[in-house]
Amino acid sequence: MQKLSTRHLLGIKDLTPDDIELIMATAREFKEVINRPIKKVPSLRDVTIANVFFENSTRTRLSFELAEKRLSADTINFSASGSSVKKGETLLDTVNNILAMKVDMIVMRHASPGAPHFLSKHISANIVNAGDGTHEHPTQALLDSFSMREKLGTDLAGKKIAIIGDILHSRVALSNIFALRKQGAEVTLCGPSTLIPRYVNELGVKVSHNVKETLAWCDVANVLRIQLERQQIKYFPTLREYSLYFGINKKMLDDLNKEIIIMHPGPINRGVELTSDAADSHHSIILDQVENGVAVRMAVLYLLAGQN
Amino acid sequence: MQHKLILSSPLLGITISRLCQELIENHQNFENSVIIGLQPRGIFFAERIHQELESITGVKIPIGYLDATFYRDDYRRRELVKANATKVPFIIENKQVILVDDVLATGRMVRAALDAMTAFGRPSKVELCVLIDRIYNRDLPINPDYVGKKVNTLATEKVLVEWKEQGHEADNIWLITK
Repeated sequence: MQKLSTRHLLGIKDLTPDDIELIMATAREFKEVINRPIKKVPSLRDVTIANVFFENSTRTRLSFELAEKRLSADTINFSASGSSVKKGETLLDTVNNILAMKVDMIVMRHASPGAPHFLSKHISANIVNAGDGTHEHPTQALLDSFSMREKLGTDLAGKKIAIIGDILHSRVALSNIFALRKQGAEVTLCGPSTLIPRYVNELGVKVSHNVKETLAWCDVANVLRIQLERQQIKYFPTLREYSLYFGINKKMLDDLNKEIIIMHPGPINRGVELTSDAADSHHSIILDQVENGVAVRMAVLYLLAGQN
Repeated sequence: MQHKLILSSPLLGITISRLCQELIENHQNFENSVIIGLQPRGIFFAERIHQELESITGVKIPIGYLDATFYRDDYRRRELVKANATKVPFIIENKQVILVDDVLATGRMVRAALDAMTAFGRPSKVELCVLIDRIYNRDLPINPDYVGKKVNTLATEKVLVEWKEQGHEADNIWLITK
């Protein structure tokens, strides 16, 4: 059968549309697996995976770890806090030491954009990027696409997808833009102009600053978190003002009088980008995204490990 | 490449009827039996058996499809194989499972399927029904309980099963020599 065109999952940018289709098709079968009475398959029983997290994470780390365990892989976990990184060890040294313990795959999150790309030039293990700074978060985009397809019941060609919020600091936004464009979807970015990067028109997306118009236009709204921890300067006057102009509440969704899907990669700032009644409404598929995350990550790990 | 026809209609219909009679002999009214077809090609044969059994006995028999791709023993040793849908909409705990596949050769897929089946419960008994048994090709100690036709083949030869359901003009089973 066809296989992935790449040995690593560094970003959606490097994937072909066929790669995305293969991951979606494989993830569908893994979703069935994780809903069985016994949720485990033995595929990766001779594979060891290191989860190397230089940055905080709840969902992604748990989701990867669960995906690895469902595939019967051996896993080790590393987080930068409390490690020798604090003593000044370089990234390459840290990873090479982990690999010396006979590890086959690295799942890495790092605050510096391009860190997994750098690593891929120096080591032979498969690398899965679990988020590199403000650059890419490929598995999140894949699980977002998987969840959209599942809810819409079709592929995404011609579908209208809005990405709303802090686009500038969001690796989820960039990976989603690549993934959605490769699947033929129309994409509109919506947010305050200070949070929309300048080069973005080159990626074939539209930009809007009006959240009501954007919601009226789209089939799916992927709402992003305001990443206060990455904002060294003020991009908007106050959170209250942001939520007034760009926050989404249940009434706005009900007033649309149409089917709309609301997504959020988590963690939600409740009351800022999404009010609680909107986040918990029937429009929202936020928890489906989390479930699908395990299936999609199983597919990615299975396909990458299978190439060796 | 040389194609040699080894089974086709109407003989295939007679073979399926005979297998169904054998199954009825052992399972009587099928009250505790289920059929599981093996993906990707065993499902067509399983459907045929299932149809014929239901029309002869007049009872509803549960049928499912099992994909054993994730349980294969050649993962990371050979090219990846595409995963297919698994649909086992019943629990097989304490059931008599009739595992159905089109061609039995090395027995490795059946081993994987037995492994995959444990995810759905512990069956009281598992039987194997195959349309073509490639005798002397076995790598594992696995033998079928119901056999459509035994063929003596070389490991370099291939058995190709074509079903109408797949879009072929007729049901044909070929022996292909390279």
